[in-house]
Amino acid sequence: MTTSNRGFLEALWDFFCSLKLAIFLLIMLAATSIIGTVIPQGTPPPEYLQTISDAKYKIYSALGFFDMYHSWWFILLLYLFTVNIVACSIKRLPRVWKAISEPTLVMDEGFEKTLGLTRDFKMDGDAATLRDKMAAFLKGEFAEPVVTERDGEFHLFAQKTPYSRLGVYVVHLSIVVIFIGALIGSFFGYKAYVNIVEGTGTSVVYNRNGQKPIDLGFTVRCEDFSVSFYDTGAPKEFKSLLTVIDGGKVVVDKRPIIVNDPLTYKGITFYQSSYGPAGEGGLYHFTVRERKGGAPVKLSLHQGERKLLPDGSSMQVLEAAQEVSQFIPQFQGPAARIEVTPKGGGTPQVFIVFQNYPDFDSQRGGDLIFSYDGSDEKMFTGLQVAKDPGVWVVWTGCFLMVVGCCMAFFMSHKRIWIRVRKGHVTLGGSANKNQPGFQLAFDALVDKLKQQ
Amino acid sequence: MTSSMLFNIATFSYLISMLAFFAFLAVKSRQVGLAGSLASYFGFIVHSAAILLRWKESYDMGMGHAPLSNLYESVVFFAWTIILIFGIIDLKYKYRVVGAFVVPFALLGMAWAQLGLHSGIQPLVPALQSNWLLYHVITCFLGYAAFAVACGISIMYLIKSGKDESAASGQGGIIAMFPSIKILDDLNYKAIIIGFPLLTLGIITGAAWANYAWGTYWSWDPKETWSLIVWFIYAAFLHARFTRGWVGKKAAILSIVGFAATIFCYLGVNLLLSGLHSYGGGG
Repeated sequence: MTTSNRGFLEALWDFFCSLKLAIFLLIMLAATSIIGTVIPQGTPPPEYLQTISDAKYKIYSALGFFDMYHSWWFILLLYLFTVNIVACSIKRLPRVWKAISEPTLVMDEGFEKTLGLTRDFKMDGDAATLRDKMAAFLKGEFAEPVVTERDGEFHLFAQKTPYSRLGVYVVHLSIVVIFIGALIGSFFGYKAYVNIVEGTGTSVVYNRNGQKPIDLGFTVRCEDFSVSFYDTGAPKEFKSLLTVIDGGKVVVDKRPIIVNDPLTYKGITFYQSSYGPAGEGGLYHFTVRERKGGAPVKLSLHQGERKLLPDGSSMQVLEAAQEVSQFIPQFQGPAARIEVTPKGGGTPQVFIVFQNYPDFDSQRGGDLIFSYDGSDEKMFTGLQVAKDPGVWVVWTGCFLMVVGCCMAFFMSHKRIWIRVRKGHVTLGGSANKNQPGFQLAFDALVDKLKQQ
Repeated sequence: MTSSMLFNIATFSYLISMLAFFAFLAVKSRQVGLAGSLASYFGFIVHSAAILLRWKESYDMGMGHAPLSNLYESVVFFAWTIILIFGIIDLKYKYRVVGAFVVPFALLGMAWAQLGLHSGIQPLVPALQSNWLLYHVITCFLGYAAFAVACGISIMYLIKSGKDESAASGQGGIIAMFPSIKILDDLNYKAIIIGFPLLTLGIITGAAWANYAWGTYWSWDPKETWSLIVWFIYAAFLHARFTRGWVGKKAAILSIVGFAATIFCYLGVNLLLSGLHSYGGGG
């Protein structure tokens, strides 16, 4: 390797190890992330495109602003960030490890001068007696000391939570672990969706990116879907009853899934996501009676179909809902909007009839009184389907991150040295974090020692 | 007694507390400072009772859920966490004067909530019906509150350091009561090292919940992204402290920028952008 090559590599290594790069990358990641929260991601809606010029659209597209978090330059930033974290850790870890595994056991006078906290006082007794006394004191009040003899003096060293120095590296490691988990998920997992009509099943789901079909290897049936509402009309619960059939056998039987309570089978998880009418020819049932009296007539019809009524007029169903309270909060339950056209034409009347209020329509004052008996219309349930084998790696990373943060912020490596000569004791102390707090503890310790 | 009345009493207590702290800066009397602290503690107790009562009221109305489900409830809880973190700083580090720059944040939140936001108890939509709601919201807001306290301290730092530069002689005026800039710098750091792990936990619990409810722990939703932006800024702050020239003034500015981003993450995203955290519409 030539010198200039070596110089270049060293410069590159120093570049990646630098804290300045870390701060720069953190601020760049923060600043660029804003773009994707302002510009709509994915396929931009037409209303948005009307607000920007053609030139702007071209620039945004070229820079990948419509899928910013997967654009080459954002991914590059993330890779640089990872390399930076790893390089910084590799550079600093050996020194920290040395401080943990090979602590300075002897406080000589030169070392004493480097310590911020030292105390010096006289105490009766020869060196060996004092040594034993100090060792017992440290063991009881602080931590078990290591005793070294040098030149007729005894040196005691005790430390607490040396491993807290590793906290920051645990956090760095956790970020790398989370990235690995995310990569595993993106290579070996998928996000898909499927709509299942009540009473039917499927073994194929569709990838959310590109609608590619994915074979599950088993069948999921939706036995029933239901939705309930609060009195205010706000939705309370969406519930699907799912059955899983694998190899001809029912392995999960009518398990209810709701939002926030998914079903997992063979590493594939099904989440309640949406619902809607299946749209295929359900029948709507009505009872019609004449105001002047007579037997009520029952009739059933499909949406859009026109049926003749006893008095010669005709009706059709315009729309229907399983739960009307989301549109008309004062009413609950199923409802249908119907159109009645008088005999021989004329202005049609449009009104709503409710299943839970059978007498409501009599107040309308028409010659015919309608009540709604509901429909046998089928619903479909919309499920999100996800497989992510990397998710446990991500959770491991998250756990490490929390542990690392606590180690890094709330624990410090506290060290105490004691040098004992005949009739003379010198204490030194140091903590790598929260020095003011340690100073108080150190002073309290010295006071206690003097009282002995 | 309704929770709404208690919230009003708490708001009023914070007003008294803030005025007392301002008077404390001017007259430098220990008793006035103590009165400021006591008023905020009284407000905090009433505030806590009000939150619990509102929780109970939601059960009485038949839709029992923790009062953390809409903008009003979150602002009220945010104010509560700010006073909590201030109380810790006051009791642990004995820097009461910080209250003059922190209690106003809580008062602002409470006044806005009481006067400007819809305070009705609403039923929980299906997406929020989960225990994760509690863990996620509590950790996030404790983190936000620590950042609010750090921001207040940083403002004090900038005022103090500005005055120190312009008039080296002056130990008069309101800043005489301020702790030294070294202590303010340290308190700023301490507040942020409380906030940062809490924000981290808040993001993680949010990710865990999203994964449990929707099957994706991260979807670059604006709220998620902004919480990450806030995380990056404070991570930069923590690293900057190890670099020479980034303590003191620059750190104080970074702390204020961080809190501005926090507020945008909390309110701006809901009010200005669209996404999964839709409570912002209920203003």
